[in-house]
Amino acid sequence: MRVTVRLFARLRDLAGTGELTREVPSSSTAQQIWNDLVLEWPQLREYEKTISVAVNAEYTRMTADVRDGDEIAFMPPVSGGYR
Amino acid sequence: MATPPVAVTFEPLDPEALVALVGAQGDGAVVTFAGLVRDHNQGRRVEFLEYEAYEPLAIRALQRIVDEAGERWPSARVAAHHRIGRLEIGEASIVIAAASAHRGDAFAACRYTIERVKQIVPIWKREHFDGGDVWLEGATADPDDQAARDKAYRIACA
Repeated sequence: MRVTVRLFARLRDLAGTGELTREVPSSSTAQQIWNDLVLEWPQLREYEKTISVAVNAEYTRMTADVRDGDEIAFMPPVSGGYR
Repeated sequence: MATPPVAVTFEPLDPEALVALVGAQGDGAVVTFAGLVRDHNQGRRVEFLEYEAYEPLAIRALQRIVDEAGERWPSARVAAHHRIGRLEIGEASIVIAAASAHRGDAFAACRYTIERVKQIVPIWKREHFDGGDVWLEGATADPDDQAARDKAYRIACA
């Protein structure tokens, strides 16, 4: 099946792209898609513990199943700094 | 066009439009908060900021926060607009308005909203300073993190 992956902010910089499509096995999880990204761009690994994930623009967990045509977004920690 | 209660926009923000939106006859208080681009951060001289959003999720997260504030302070009505793109020093990146019958609830709902925005709204800023640029990263966004919600509530009611 085919999914769209979105990367934001520094993740986008590290991968050099903010949007890509990937063929993945059916019944993949968000975690498996992330793992494939890390293989492709090892510098993403530093975000392993701190990313958030959304499927079709809804927050979800890395264990979530994804379906054909889904948009999976990986997001670094959001802006702090309003004090 | 009618002002929506939550928005993510490249356009300059309009606090008066938010005040008009949340205000109702009989209110005793309206509180507005504007977050501005500071000219310094962590000892660096900031030149400008660049904000990026995952827009559809950012709008949903803002709506979720406004709804949370409405549950905590049922008498309060809250609106929040976040600007993205390039912002110069002194420009407002976020404006929040909260109206209520009494000032206590209006202040608390406004403060709660900004604290939650920095926890869970997928918006990032890249600081351009004298000599380089850097993405500023705060909290891992998890809207279901009850401890984070409780923290925002405590700050709002401090």
